[in-house]
This record gives sequence, structure tokens and C-alpha cells, in this order.
Amino acid sequence: MSEVLVLVEHVDGDVKKVTLELLTLARSLGAPAAVWAGPGYSDAAKAKLAEYGAEKIYVADAEEITGYVVAPKAELLAKLVADKAPAGVLVAATAEGKEIAGRLAVKTDSGVITDAVGLGEGFVADQSIFGGGVNVRSRVAKGTPIVAVRPNSAAPVATAGAAAEEKVEVALSDAARAARIVERVKQEKGARPELTEAAVVVSGGRGVGSAESFALIEKLADSLDAAVGASRAATDAGWYPHQFQVGQTGKTVAPQLYIAAGISGAIQHRAGMQTSKTIVVINKDAEAPIFEIADYGVVGDLFQVVPQLTEEIEKRK
Amino acid sequence: MNIVVCVKQVPDTATERKLRSDDKTLDRDAADGVVNELDEYAVEEALKLKEAHGGEVTVLTMGPGKATETIRKALAMGADKAVHLSDDALHGSDALSTSYAMAQALKKIGFDLVVLGSESTDARTGVLAAMLAERLGVPQLSLAKKVEVNGSAIAIERLTDYGYDKVEASLPAVVSVVEKINEPRYPSFKGIMAAKKKPVETLGIADAEISADQVGLANAWSEVVDFAAAPPRAAGTIVKDEGDGGAKIAEFLASKKFV
Ligand SMILES: Cc1cc2nc3c(=O)[nH]c(=O)nc-3n(C[C@H](O)[C@H](O)[C@H](O)COP(=O)(O)OP(=O)(O)OC[C@H]3O[C@@H](n4cnc5c(N)ncnc54)[C@H](O)[C@@H]3O)c2cc1C
Repeated sequence: MSEVLVLVEHVDGDVKKVTLELLTLARSLGAPAAVWAGPGYSDAAKAKLAEYGAEKIYVADAEEITGYVVAPKAELLAKLVADKAPAGVLVAATAEGKEIAGRLAVKTDSGVITDAVGLGEGFVADQSIFGGGVNVRSRVAKGTPIVAVRPNSAAPVATAGAAAEEKVEVALSDAARAARIVERVKQEKGARPELTEAAVVVSGGRGVGSAESFALIEKLADSLDAAVGASRAATDAGWYPHQFQVGQTGKTVAPQLYIAAGISGAIQHRAGMQTSKTIVVINKDAEAPIFEIADYGVVGDLFQVVPQLTEEIEKRK
Repeated sequence: MNIVVCVKQVPDTATERKLRSDDKTLDRDAADGVVNELDEYAVEEALKLKEAHGGEVTVLTMGPGKATETIRKALAMGADKAVHLSDDALHGSDALSTSYAMAQALKKIGFDLVVLGSESTDARTGVLAAMLAERLGVPQLSLAKKVEVNGSAIAIERLTDYGYDKVEASLPAVVSVVEKINEPRYPSFKGIMAAKKKPVETLGIADAEISADQVGLANAWSEVVDFAAAPPRAAGTIVKDEGDGGAKIAEFLASKKFV
């Protein structure tokens, strides 16, 4: 059976949930082969990948691979595509994942599909386009299928894999070393589930009014084990860091539950959350467009409704 | 500095967007064409860089004849001239063929810096900057929230999942910008009038040395198998807060097993 390469997403040496989802999807298409790029590989990481069915693990843990923008990871994958002739390559559809996929597609003269929300036989991918208005099935017509799959597109299912390790050395080209990362600036906000991976997301908008008041949103989020999101109005005002922005130019999320408080529902915000399974809205303006996509909505002041909701949830625990 | 800014005409996100039933490509007649709003930030950044460092801003767009409206808008904002890559052979091009055609056009035009928006609001692939950098063999400086040029050195702040990275490279380079970077200017009346006299060169595929067998729907690297309108969301329950709004949501969440 041909291999299906899965580029591992990892933070501080931990394998991210989306990778387990990708390994689960890969299983029905071939033999899952995890590709570890950059420092941080450990026995714990290996065990996790094995638990979710990785038959092979290609380890390229040279520091250099994460020292430059995107290109080194594309070179690594291109080398593996050439050497191993896999049935396909899966990456997470993060902003960077899509860029890796794009460069890899050019390098290997292969088609690429971005933002898949499902993946089936023959690497036929489901996509939801035009702000969730149209469902499309697409496939790669030339070369090795390269698919960037959105987090939360499949439930990760554990099954033991052989996890045979193979070290990979890549001699990076000069072109891959052209955009040097000289500093990483972290703007974290508490230990919550990652926004794109969370089962529940609670987002605040301009209606929240200040950085301090975002504590209300955070408390509600914590009562539900949720990630915190924000509209652009809230990130532009500096109330919450930009990486928590949901929408066209922020993250795309598709959680089981999305709660929007003090967000009007501009088209650019909806583009990032419209495919959430259940949507709950709190807004004082009954005419706010976000109510059009709400499964449950309360017309009211979030400063009353949100604390009461948090309290009620705590009571029910 | 010779700056080329890439802009795309897209269907207005505020109107209903469709695919054509015959060839499954974007129905450009169904919706009004507007400038991809994310490209306005690219035009603004290009103009700012020109104002700071001198040089020229050329607009490059690939698209059918009616994309000239988009070119006019960028020229009205202050760009100096435009190149319109337009050829029936390009219809239905996917990301790979588009990046190939654009790279060929960019080689023909020549550049120190290529500036793009972070993605287009219609296809939303977000891969063009990466693909162009790969094809042109120049640094990829994408998702920039800040750009600084100093002689032949260029530095950006690139948005990441955890914050941002500071990235350094040398020109020539490809930059894509996010909407945090600036506030695009509105074209002035004078700008709109001046735009009418600015040169717009039209390139066909032969002019840009684009091979016909690498572009267009028939040669695309990916294809739509089928598509359908998404079923509409069922209408939700909307209640007015009577002092029990929070409790009511909790009940709803409990009924759905979220709590
Ligand atoms: C190129 C571009 C890209 C963009 N990308 C994004 C993006 O990625 N994500 C994004 O979110 N936006 C994006 N936007 C911005 C978008 O158009 C909207 O401006 C933005 O989403 C508005 O944020 P908001 O809903 O928080 O604010 P507003 O539209 O001002 O809405 C605030 C809402 O809060 C309600 N409210 C106020 N006080 C209270 C209260 N006490 N209790 C309850 N409700 C209250 C009001 O009724 C109102 O509906 C983009 C725009 C452009 C042009």
C-alpha cells in the first residue's frame, strides 16, 4: 500500500489534534506516514503518532527547517514525494500549511486543494465555499494529490501503527534560505484550547467594550472548556491579540458550538465561523445580521446575559 | 524601487456568488465585480513604499476584459501604470496555472518588489504569494503586518499562530500583506480623473511567453467534481432578554448536551 504523507503540526514538542485527524483520514487512503519537520521530536511525540496509526515517521528535526519562512518544509516534503512516491500529501489548512502546500505543488508539478472539510476515496475533497453557501467536491487532476485539510474535519480515532522511524536530511537550497526568521514574538493568552481545534468557541466583539471586559468572555469560555475568539473590531482596538481574530482575515473555525457576544455578524466575520454546527448569539440589537445564522439568540445586554450564563453553566456542573 | 502590485477582480461578497453549471467555474456575470478588498491594502502599501523610497508602482491584474474597472480603481488610488493579463486561454485557470501565468508576466515586467493581498475573497486559497516566490526564486515575505525597506534589505513582521515572526531578506522579493498593515486611501476626484490617462498595457499569453498547455480549465491541476448549494440553516429561536436570558441559553445548551 502506498504511503500518505501527513505533515505533523506541533507546538513545544506536542503533536496537535489536527495531525491526529489527518492521520485518521490518511488511513483510508493508504499507509499513514508522519513527517516531523523541525526541532522538538521526542519519544512522547513518537508514541502519540503511533497511537493514531502512523506506520512510518520521517524525522527531519534540523533547526534549519524552522529557521526560514515556509520554503524548507516544502523542500523536505518535495524530497519525500520524489523518494517515496506517496499516494498523496496531507497538511493542516492553517495559513502556513496552505503556503507549504502551495510551494510543494509547484515543486512537484502537482495539484493542490485547500481548505478541505472532508476527504474520501481517490482524495476527493469536500469544500465549503462562498461563506458556506456552496458545497463543492474537488480532486487533483495532475501529479500527487496535495490536500490542506481544515482542523475539525474528522474525529481522531486511535489505532496502533508501526511507527517505523527514518531520519531525513535535507540540504536546503539557497532559495529556501532567502527569508530568515530572526525573532519569534509570542502573544499568548492563557492556556485554553487552540482556536481552530476547539469544540467550543466563545467570541467577543465591539460590544464587549474594552480589554478588561474580555474577562467576561474568558470566564464563559473557561466554564465550557472553550477557546476565545474575537471580531476584527475587538482585535483592531487592541482588546485581544490578532491571532484570535475569527473571519476572512483571521482564523476559520468550525466548532460544535460557537457563541458570539457583541458581534454584529459582518460578512467578513461570518466567513470564518458560518460552518459552525450550533451558533448562539447574544446581541442587544435585534436587527444585527448575526441573528440570521443563530440557532439560539438572546436580544439583550451581554453584560447581563454573559455572567448569568456562566453562572448557570457552573451550577449545572 | 520598481513595485508591482497584483490585484484581482472578485464578485462582491455582499451579493450571492455562484458557480456556473456548464464548466463549474466562477459565474462572473452573476455578481458585481469589485476589487478584492484585501488587495486594496496591497495597493496602499505599494504607494506608501513608493512615497518613501521613490520609484514606480505598476498594477498587474489577470482576468477577463471587465477587470479593467479594477485596474482603474488602483490607478485612481495612485498607481502609475497597469498591465492587464487577459486572454481567453486563461479562463478557468487554477492556482497553479494562475501563479505560472502571473510569474511569466512578472518576469516580463521586471520588479524589485511584488506586493499582494493575503488572499482573494472568492477562491480564498491564500497560496499565490507562496507560489510566486517559489516560481520566481525570490524570498517569500507573506502575511506581513509591517514592511520596512532599507536599500536592498527588506524586513517584515509575519503573522503567525502565536503572534508574529520578524523576518529579513533582500530584494527582489514577494510580499503579501494582511489588513492590519494600513488604512487604504480613497481615490480622490483628481486621482480618478488622472487614472483615465494612465497607460494600461494588455498582454495576451503569447506576449508574456505563457504556454497555452499550462493554463486554462482544460489544463488545470485540480478540478471540481460536482457542487451543490448548501442546505439553508434552519431558522433559530430568538428571544428577548427578560432578565433570564443567560439561564435560557444554559437551558438550550443543556438540551443540546453541551453542558
Ligand atoms: C478586508 C477586511 C477584512 C476583514 N476581516 C475580518 C475578520 O477576519 N473578522 C472580523 O470579525 N471582521 C473582519 N472585518 C471587519 C468586519 O467588516 C466588521 O467591521 C467587524 O466584524 C465588526 O466587528 P463587530 O461585530 O465586533 O463590531 P460591530 O459591527 O460594531 O458590532 C458590534 C455589535 O455589538 C452589539 N453590542 C454593543 N454593545 C452590546 C452590549 N452591551 N450587549 C450586547 N451587544 C452589544 C451591537 O449591537 C453590534 O451588533 C474585515 C473587514 C475588511 C474590510
